[in-house]
Order: sequence, then structure tokens, then C-alpha cells
Amino acid sequence: MAYFDDLPFVERSFLKLYRYRRSPWKTMARLEKPLSASRGALITTAALHLPGQEPFDESIRGGDWSYREIPDATDVGTLRTSHRSKSFDRAGLESDPNLALPLDRLHELAARGVIGPPNRRHFSFMGSIVAPGRLLRESGPEVADKLRKDAVDWVLLTPV
Amino acid sequence: MCNQAVGLIQGCIESAGIPSVSILLLREVADQVRPPRSLWVPFPMGYPLGEPRRPDVQEHVLLAALDLLPRHSTAPILEDYRPS
Repeated sequence: MAYFDDLPFVERSFLKLYRYRRSPWKTMARLEKPLSASRGALITTAALHLPGQEPFDESIRGGDWSYREIPDATDVGTLRTSHRSKSFDRAGLESDPNLALPLDRLHELAARGVIGPPNRRHFSFMGSIVAPGRLLRESGPEVADKLRKDAVDWVLLTPV
Repeated sequence: MCNQAVGLIQGCIESAGIPSVSILLLREVADQVRPPRSLWVPFPMGYPLGEPRRPDVQEHVLLAALDLLPRHSTAPILEDYRPS
């Protein structure tokens, strides 16, 4: 898996023809502290949300660019996904959301001193966005600003 | 499109001065979107940390990704994950 040729024909054809956007960074930021003393945050595009949060909107043309805040103290087992993509098997994610948002693993590493205590919040998007203009102009920079204000030292991101 | 979205959000994070690393599932998308630091994993779509309910596997992937954070370059860093 994980190459275009491993995917079903319709999806493979779309992904091969799609005009990808370039990640909008110019200079790499430096990690200023050792990992053991640093505060990290997670971002996933697995469309995970808390039971009380509004699910992601599958009907938005071009894709839902909104995000949900996931408190660090969340019981991972309570998270739900409202991802609209049919291109991945949801069984793993539904049985263990750590598969995309590894909060439990983060806490275990922090307890052993491998990393510092995680940030107070993490973020979830729905990655099925074919028209990413508002993601790039609005929600992406907004989340980046929140994490900068939280003084996080690093961010780890995962798709599904 | 999940892999593109990750790379684009990651660019926003890095542009805010925060070092970032992503785990990516589709090699061709990683090559085209060019996020700053990424770990390509040979897992099925939907399984970025490898396997559900396998803390040992998930931790191994997570640590491999975190290992990339101290690295610094003017060009994107894309590493292949090597299972133990």
C-alpha cells in the first residue's frame, strides 16, 4: 500500500491528475529544546471529534476546512470520526483512535520523560479537502497562531 | 487528500516558527506537497501509526517521526520508516 498504484482505479486516476499545492513554508523552524523538555501538540486530519462537538460537514463543496479542539485530557476511546472519504478502512480508527491521534502514546512517553508534558489541547481537521484555499488562508494559520500562543515546541501531524 | 491537507497545515505551523513533523501514507503526495519534515510509512490508508491496539508499534512509529524534529535543512526532509 501507500503508492498511487495500490489504490482503486477511480481514486488513483483522480490523485494522479490532481494539481497538488505546495506546503507553504519557506524556512525550517529550529527545535530549541531537547525533546525531554519540550511541549508537543498533535494535529490529525482524521476528522476526529468529541461526542458533544459538531461533526465535520460532508456537504461542503471542496471540503470542510474547519477544525475541532481536542483537550489533552480527552479519553481517546470517546472520539468519533465523521470523515467523508471512502478511500480508507475505518475499522482500525474506530477501534482505536490512537491510530491517528496517539494521545495515549504521547502521555506514556511524557510519563517516562522521553518528551515533556503535552500541550493542553490538540487539533483535528477533516483532510478530504480538494479546494484548500480557506484551509491555507483561514483555519491553518488560525490553529498555528493558537499553538504559537500556547508556546508549543513542536507539532506532529497525521493523515488517514 | 488527507496527505495534502497534512502537508499544507504543516506549512502553516512551520511558518509560525514551530518545528513540525508529519507521518505520511502516500509517497507521491509527499513528493509533490513537500512538507518540511515527514516520515513515509508503508501502512494502509487509515493506519498512519501502523496497527490499532498495538501500543508497541504505535510508539515505534511515533518515535521515528519525533527523531526528525531536531533536523534542520533548507530542503524538505522525507525519510522512509523502517519497522523494527
